Amino acid sequence: MSTLTTTVASRPAYKVTGWRVLRSEWAKLWSLRSTWITLTLGLLFLLVFGLLISWQFNAGNLDGDFATSKAVDLSLFGVPFAQLALGVLGVLVMAGEYSTGMIRSTLAAVPRRLPVLWSKAGLYGLVATLVGTAGALVAFLVGNQFVSGTSAAQSLSDAGVARSLLGAGLYLGLIGVISVGLGALLRSVAGGISVLVGVFLLAPGLTSLLPSSWQDNISPYLPSNAGESMYALTHDSSTLSPGAGLAVFLGWTVLTLAGAAYRLRRNDV
Amino acid sequence: MIEAQALTKRYGEKTAVDGLDFTVKPGTVTGFLGPNGAGKSTTMRMIVGLDAPTSGSVTVNGRRYAQHRAPLQEVGALLEAKSIHPGRSAFHHLNALALTHGIPRSRVDEVIDLAGLGSVARKRAGAFSLGMGQRLGIAAALLGDPQIVMLDEPVNGLDPEGVLWIRNLLTGLAQEGRTVFVSSHLMSEMALVADHLIIVGRGRLLADTTVRDLVREAGGDTVKVATEEPARLRDVLAGPGVDITGQVGSEELHVTGLTTREIGRKAAEHGIPLFGLSARTVSLEDAFMELTRDAVEYHGTTTADITLGSAA
Repeated sequence: MSTLTTTVASRPAYKVTGWRVLRSEWAKLWSLRSTWITLTLGLLFLLVFGLLISWQFNAGNLDGDFATSKAVDLSLFGVPFAQLALGVLGVLVMAGEYSTGMIRSTLAAVPRRLPVLWSKAGLYGLVATLVGTAGALVAFLVGNQFVSGTSAAQSLSDAGVARSLLGAGLYLGLIGVISVGLGALLRSVAGGISVLVGVFLLAPGLTSLLPSSWQDNISPYLPSNAGESMYALTHDSSTLSPGAGLAVFLGWTVLTLAGAAYRLRRNDV
Repeated sequence: MIEAQALTKRYGEKTAVDGLDFTVKPGTVTGFLGPNGAGKSTTMRMIVGLDAPTSGSVTVNGRRYAQHRAPLQEVGALLEAKSIHPGRSAFHHLNALALTHGIPRSRVDEVIDLAGLGSVARKRAGAFSLGMGQRLGIAAALLGDPQIVMLDEPVNGLDPEGVLWIRNLLTGLAQEGRTVFVSSHLMSEMALVADHLIIVGRGRLLADTTVRDLVREAGGDTVKVATEEPARLRDVLAGPGVDITGQVGSEELHVTGLTTREIGRKAAEHGIPLFGLSARTVSLEDAFMELTRDAVEYHGTTTADITLGSAA
């Protein structure tokens, strides 16, 4: 027993802290190839689609729907595609741990569990925000060159331009947070991606099945539509203001995270 | 030290772990034995807080696992073989775990060398063989230099060299004063490393004993000898550590503590004729089978008693 006591005394004082969990999750994020691939894909979607449509606008190849479009509208054309890439990665960040078994190692190291969720959601949200903002900004700056001399040309200082671009970045960041939450909530990559696609790509179309009075009351508050209000340049009576859109979208984010935290704390791994 | 009190886990109707009480002490290797589905893995998952007990409790070094400041320093666990992300290299896997505790990178390199993973540390863990994956899991278990090392079926998928490595590792860790808790369904493997045994079947505790006691209770190491002069032979063989039993009027004796060779020689020296001399060796495997069979019979008898009782 005495040898044991001496071993104890000479042992280094390790300790799990929030900051260390954050560092661990940061290292985990960047040590997987899927992170690099999917982030690159998200960035490419923003740039390629934004620039392609600006180019086509300048060439006069777009139909009437785009006649009144501005440079910001055009450059953010890739956001729905980028949200899919960034959302998939967010689901992978969390649900990937369940599908591989890594979660057992992770939660054995951090048995209090919640710091893992906060770290993953926070870090990935930040990364997605940065990628989204950078992509939107570059798409606008370059795309704006393509449409210079047309009715769409804008400058960064024009009303709503900077807000739209930052809104797009923040929207993509929150998509990242929500998808991490979905991954924790569903514990399945396939399930998480399905819900992501269902909520952000299919649900807006399905509201047209509702009676029109309901549609007007429900539609603007859907995650996809509320989120779109954050980065859309123009708003009308059927959409929320950018501030209200942000508030509603944050509400959805908090709701998903709360559900994720509840399941992570309560359920066996 | 691991202490389980009335530890119970139910999954719906099925009871995986049924009121387990046991203590795993430091300084020895404790084997956790039971057939597949006996509740060993579930028990181990509850020890490190991955599963919550339905009732009862289990503590490590006096506290619940999650309440420790540095859990990896208390318990190093190898659970299912693949608790890793196949896309991450062995180094990155271990480093990510180390970062949560502030364990220095030098320790990561140390356990990589210890587990013999030096040449593959930078390769994707998904490309590892079963044995390599197992070594990575053991490296992760040792990362925090833990007081308790808990391994679930550690020799699964290991080659003979790996098995020997595990065996030496476990006895070494126990000699350092650590608590070593190893599960297995291979009794023969346990016989070689474990001092103490906790045996479970269908989630219940069947025995909490030592390897030697288990074998002895099952009638191991007994020599059956038949002679014309049982009383004289008894006197001749008697001595410290020797246990002789035999029924009055019977020519047969059951001797423990002596080999057939020794008995034969002594009998010859004293001119006692022998009719039969045979060793009854009981392996740990046999002892275990007997134990589980007893448990089953015990359940059967209880049911029969109840039936009889209600009939009366």
